[in-house]
Amino acid sequence: MKAGVIVFPGSNCDRDLAVAFERAGAQVSMIWHKETELPDDLDIVGIPGGFSFGDYLRCGAIAAQSPITRSLIRHTERGGYAMGICNGFQVLTETGILPGALMRNANLKFICKPIELKVENTDCAFLSGYSQGQEITVPIAHHDGNYNVTDEKLAQLRDEGRIAFTYCDNPNGSTGDIAGVISKNRRVLGMMPHPERCVDDRHGGTDGVAMFRSLVDSVVAA
Amino acid sequence: MQEPKITEDLISAHGLKPDEYDLLLEIIGREPTFTELGIFSAMWNEHCSYKSSKKWLRTLPTEGPQVICGPGENAGIVDIGDGQAVVFKMESHNHPSYIEPYQGAATGVGGILRDVFTMGARPIAAMNSLSFGEIDHPKTKQLVNGVVEGIGGYGNCFGVPNVGGEVRFHPAYNGNCLVNAFAAGLADTDKIFYSAASGVGMPVVYLGAKTGRDGVGGATMASAEFDDTIEDKRPTVQVGDPFTEKRLMEATLELMQTGAVISIQDMGAAGLTCSAVEMGDKGGLGVKLNLEDVPQREDNMTAYEMMLSESQERMLMVLKPEKEAEARAVFEKWDLDFAIVGETLAEDRFLIMHNGEVKADLPLSPLSGRAPEYDRPWVETPAVEPLSDVPEIDAIDGLKALIGSPNYAARQWVYEQYDHMVMADTVRAPGLGAGIVRVHGTDKAIAFTSDVTPRYVMANPFEGGKQAVAEAYRNLTAVGAKPLATTDNLNFGNPEKPEIMGQLVGAIKGIGEAVAALDVPIVSGNVSLYNETDGQGILPTPTIGAVGLLDSLDDMIDGVARDGHVAMVIGETTGHLGQSALLAEVFNREDGDAPQVDLAAEKKHGDFIRANRELIKACSDLSDGGLAIAAFEMAEAGGVGVSLDTADTPTLFGEDQARYLVACNFDQAEALMIEAGKLGIPIASVGRFTGDTVKMGGSEAPLDELAQIFRTGFDQAHR
Repeated sequence: MKAGVIVFPGSNCDRDLAVAFERAGAQVSMIWHKETELPDDLDIVGIPGGFSFGDYLRCGAIAAQSPITRSLIRHTERGGYAMGICNGFQVLTETGILPGALMRNANLKFICKPIELKVENTDCAFLSGYSQGQEITVPIAHHDGNYNVTDEKLAQLRDEGRIAFTYCDNPNGSTGDIAGVISKNRRVLGMMPHPERCVDDRHGGTDGVAMFRSLVDSVVAA
Repeated sequence: MQEPKITEDLISAHGLKPDEYDLLLEIIGREPTFTELGIFSAMWNEHCSYKSSKKWLRTLPTEGPQVICGPGENAGIVDIGDGQAVVFKMESHNHPSYIEPYQGAATGVGGILRDVFTMGARPIAAMNSLSFGEIDHPKTKQLVNGVVEGIGGYGNCFGVPNVGGEVRFHPAYNGNCLVNAFAAGLADTDKIFYSAASGVGMPVVYLGAKTGRDGVGGATMASAEFDDTIEDKRPTVQVGDPFTEKRLMEATLELMQTGAVISIQDMGAAGLTCSAVEMGDKGGLGVKLNLEDVPQREDNMTAYEMMLSESQERMLMVLKPEKEAEARAVFEKWDLDFAIVGETLAEDRFLIMHNGEVKADLPLSPLSGRAPEYDRPWVETPAVEPLSDVPEIDAIDGLKALIGSPNYAARQWVYEQYDHMVMADTVRAPGLGAGIVRVHGTDKAIAFTSDVTPRYVMANPFEGGKQAVAEAYRNLTAVGAKPLATTDNLNFGNPEKPEIMGQLVGAIKGIGEAVAALDVPIVSGNVSLYNETDGQGILPTPTIGAVGLLDSLDDMIDGVARDGHVAMVIGETTGHLGQSALLAEVFNREDGDAPQVDLAAEKKHGDFIRANRELIKACSDLSDGGLAIAAFEMAEAGGVGVSLDTADTPTLFGEDQARYLVACNFDQAEALMIEAGKLGIPIASVGRFTGDTVKMGGSEAPLDELAQIFRTGFDQAHR
């Protein structure tokens, strides 16, 4: 299984994500944002956390216009796998690959702490390692994680089983307590919490392991 | 543009005293130009020249087999084995943070990160030691909110985990808050970069962000007292851009891999002036700069403004000429400015050209080498009156008052605004004691702490200086780490007052004695003087940042207390209440002497903890609030109650030094007692962890109730 991690100049969780993929058995390449094409043998593209272009105005807005992002859009349109974590999720919503928008946290503060998530759906490669309704602990670290969608869209996401995780105790004001969503074809995941920060006993928790492992296993099996 | 005439007022506005100006005249043998006056003012202010403290700083122990580079460079460097080193420093950004809290604190973080990566190290940890005025002071909340947000805003975007620090409140900081920022990075010992230029005619390269008018005169501002004209100083505070800093770090580290760098220096205080002079002076060379080639953000900037600008996220480098194209490509990749702005000269000369005109032509080495140095008069701080009677207090009432006070309540409101996990190597998050970061890709780890108890230093600068080092040593020890070295950030009032100078001298003597005894040499540091407003000085605050090594994560003491564990105190308890947290918070008294620090006992007890870590489940040093606070915090972290045998006020709240609280099971407790007995180390069982209440003698309260007080006590500091 081959994973590519996109590196924007302000990405700062790129190495962390690469390490998590590697631990799950993937071969990882780092892809600079000025590249115009993703390598064509990638099984999954990761868009890491950080502050892609400083994100002083709207998080992920400039990254959404980056040369590599056009290739990412084509990759997802072809049915390729992708996962965006934190700033990566913001980039995915800015490109329209995933619905909704991430606004400033309701308390207007940056929040970094481990929080409880509830697994809402398991029928996709990212989530098949969890059980429906399972509660897991994953850290968050963001200033703009307040997920917003219209009521209509929220109903649609629920109907289509596209809500990946909800917060047990909503930290940021997200609509419907949503912490992560998946695409219609179930091959793109965007989430604010950082599963790559809980894949190692020394992280104080390993609830992220199942995600990377099930992803690698299902892509290898496919 | 016509430069202003040199007048007495202009000289004094540049912070130069008449005798300093006379020295300037003697050095150059003529009246300086306006730009030259600015350059001297920048180099000779307190902030850059250490003119009041240098004599005493020289007495500090700075060497040891573990030290690769001591003070004098951008940061200190300590060997951690396996070809790697930890590079670290602490630096103040007090004055700017008081004037403009968000940007002041943010650029403080930026400056210290730059000091670290300039030497070839990737930053892996940050800490902040913050001192604010009293909670009810009208300015405090705004400062707390702004400073914390600024630190988070910069560090989170840059991507360095913030793993520890301190926050305190005291009326003495009402007019001068302190923001001391620490950063540490990891470097390969064979890829460390220094600032000394070498080679004549080598290109001097400007890297990073463009130069604007921000921060002109900042270092001079930081060397003056505040008065009611402080609002006018807002334009001297710089604006931070952590995204540019992140790119500058990546580009700099990438550039260093190419072998293009001869020497490199970040532009911090006094920007282009200080960095160019430092590189030339250390290399015994001159420097010529052509200012029209400096990347500029604003139009019509003068030579004076460019030389004194403190725009952030900039570096100066001496480059191997044959590597220019390669170097330029790296900076273009990261979309940063790269400009050749001058060259090194064989002669001792600092030549500043602007559009073909000579704006400054000075001998270079006297700018730092002949900076004024003062042996300021000082008086020994008089011994304080002995402590008068302290009434007995109900133990739970005393504990509640302490843990509900913003000084000792839980600080999650602060550290949850800092990304403390980015880089995915944080193995011990902030909250209690030292933070720990794993050395990426290995099983080793580095522990970090910052400590000082200003009340003690005020009462007794010598013992207080010792205590700051000792507490840092204990915090590293309590997580199982071996203390390696320290950095000192000395914050004091006006050194021209003999009693303030006496505090500085006393504290430095105490720090020196302690770092020698505990083998934690000072490898870097910073001095911030003139922390006074309207003649009112701060508490003397010599912050000590300390770094320790864990050869293996298995050596870490990171368990929690469990039901049935024995509570043991290692070290002697005499019940010293002078200058204690209890006195200050409950009785509103700051009297008595600071506790004496027995450095031999500190060393012995620290070694004992490390040698017996396998017997110890959880460990905490005893400091502010003594046994009562330490036992409560350990119970709260473990979610288990604690029952201490005594309700005696001095025993519970005394702040005797060289002590640790340890939790372990009964068999381990017995073994520890035997080991301690062999070495003559005082050890005592003081109670048990059990149930769901905190009990001290006959005084008792539910753990949940106390935890609630502890978790919300900080709220009044920011709401």
